[in-house]
Amino acid sequence: MLDFFLGHYAYWFTIILLSIGLYGILFKKNLIKKTIGLAILQISVVMYFVSIASKWDATVTVLNPDFPVDQVANYLNPLPHTLMLTAIVVGVATLGVAFTLLIAIYNRFETLDEEELIEKIQ
Amino acid sequence: MIESHLPAYIALTFVLFSVLIPVFGLWKSELSQPLAVLGAGIAAGFSLFGFFDVINDGAIRYYFGGWEPPVGIEFVYDGLSAFFVLVINAVAFFVLIHSHHISKREFPGKEMPYYSLAMLMLLGFNGMILTGDLFNLYVFLEIASLAGYALIAIGDKPAPYAAFRYLIIGTAGGTLYLLGVGYMYTVTGTLNIIDMAAMLPMLYESNAVFAALILMIVGIGVKAALFPMHGWLPDSYTYASSSSTALVAPIGTKVAAYILFRIILWLFGIEITDAVAPISYIVGVLACIGILYGSIMAIAQSEMKRMLAYSSVSQIGYIIMGLSLANPWGFAGALLHVLNHAVMKACLFMISGQLRLKEGHSDMSRFDDSYRKKYPWTMASFTIAAISMIGLPPLAGFFSKWYLVLETIDNSNWLFLVVILISSLLNAVYFFRVLEKVYMMDPSKGQKKPKDGEYSEPKASMMIPTSILAISLIVIGFANALIVGVLLNIFPF
Repeated sequence: MLDFFLGHYAYWFTIILLSIGLYGILFKKNLIKKTIGLAILQISVVMYFVSIASKWDATVTVLNPDFPVDQVANYLNPLPHTLMLTAIVVGVATLGVAFTLLIAIYNRFETLDEEELIEKIQ
Repeated sequence: MIESHLPAYIALTFVLFSVLIPVFGLWKSELSQPLAVLGAGIAAGFSLFGFFDVINDGAIRYYFGGWEPPVGIEFVYDGLSAFFVLVINAVAFFVLIHSHHISKREFPGKEMPYYSLAMLMLLGFNGMILTGDLFNLYVFLEIASLAGYALIAIGDKPAPYAAFRYLIIGTAGGTLYLLGVGYMYTVTGTLNIIDMAAMLPMLYESNAVFAALILMIVGIGVKAALFPMHGWLPDSYTYASSSSTALVAPIGTKVAAYILFRIILWLFGIEITDAVAPISYIVGVLACIGILYGSIMAIAQSEMKRMLAYSSVSQIGYIIMGLSLANPWGFAGALLHVLNHAVMKACLFMISGQLRLKEGHSDMSRFDDSYRKKYPWTMASFTIAAISMIGLPPLAGFFSKWYLVLETIDNSNWLFLVVILISSLLNAVYFFRVLEKVYMMDPSKGQKKPKDGEYSEPKASMMIPTSILAISLIVIGFANALIVGVLLNIFPF
């Protein structure tokens, strides 16, 4: 049982991050805090992808003369990292749009609290 | 020569015009809208050409940079993607023509960024449909979504808040989808849909595959406004500018439905989808609840755009129901409904935009019989679209429901049958009350005489697209056997 937890500790941290992010999105009333929750949720998935690329006794994916290129087991899997570069960029763009919308909301309603906003809209 | 590059041309047209519009728009802002129409028109032309090409000669697989999958990224232009690309580009073309006067009135001076964003959003949607790579699909999903949030944020005072809610829930959905892609990647080692589909039969009843399926359906279900995940839709469609709504509403949820089709029928296949739990049936039941919920909420609304938004929740249910039936006629009915609903919803949202432009509101409780004198053609188009929405023959809406009904009887799926029939009645309730206000006044009851109204139809640039879409509903209705014959060939097994 202990092995099950210790052997998968990277995934457990991912799950904890994912839960924190979902908690922030669902239960926080302040829109900035919701956005932070969203960022944590996205980062948890990025961390998941990075952790599936890792390998024991392997090095980073930069060509090293000591490890011939035909022995791919010596290198980490580079694909998840490259995918996550794109995903991080997407995350940054999402945050940019989110903060732009928050500025527009604040200029129109002068509050970022969800309950006050719903009252003012109705 | 041109055929083999066609999928890339469709996507590149939108890239090109999303750059051209700022360049020319800075020089002359009035050029933005014609350029956007031109871009969508060229893409629609390519899609029409490509659709017939695919029907005759089979699917086109376009490898980017000549790298063959699974190493490279590919665009897969098969029957299903050709059909969806044709529908969304044709509808977008008419909606963009229509948006000329609305954009001048509702967001003056912002035409250039608006149309550039519209092109980017269409790029995202086309890319989602065309791509054959699951991660590439995520990237296009986010391009389309980010542009869509910005388009929805242009509008009434609460529009940014509606867009923000959509952003939070939509990005969370996209992230869950990405996590599902991660699971699939760890078990198969590939991201290419065709490649992965070939490996999945070996992973029958794998927990990781099951979890990935759930995550993907939930993530994409948010975008498709599948029943419990529809919360963002009514506010977004109501508060966004009329032209944004007319652009996003007929296209956005359909593309998400396309991804569900692609994932459930092509990638996993119906056997693996139902291997651990009856997922397709659960999705169908959710669709049923959505159909009834959307119809009932639509009856409770007096604002026309909000009513149409709830009606969208209900109509997307039909499409997903056809998917959950997972047999040829249900599939053809669902795809025909994609076409019908895209045309009907575009037509109805364009009419609500016209009324907002002319009357300054689209509150149905303030409609009266002067409208039939002031806007005879608008109201005639509204009537055709509304009757098609209810599903009366010979209009298009009848036939998609007809095929779905036939298939539910065939499967002895009485729950779905009852839901379709009840929902048609509910549709009749919420559309006929508008028609009653506009067309019917009982003179014997001593009501005041019909109000006189000057003939004041909106400009031809708005009337022509609306009328063409309304007439095409009749044409689709009569040509349904032809269309369904083509659609049946697309069915994967």
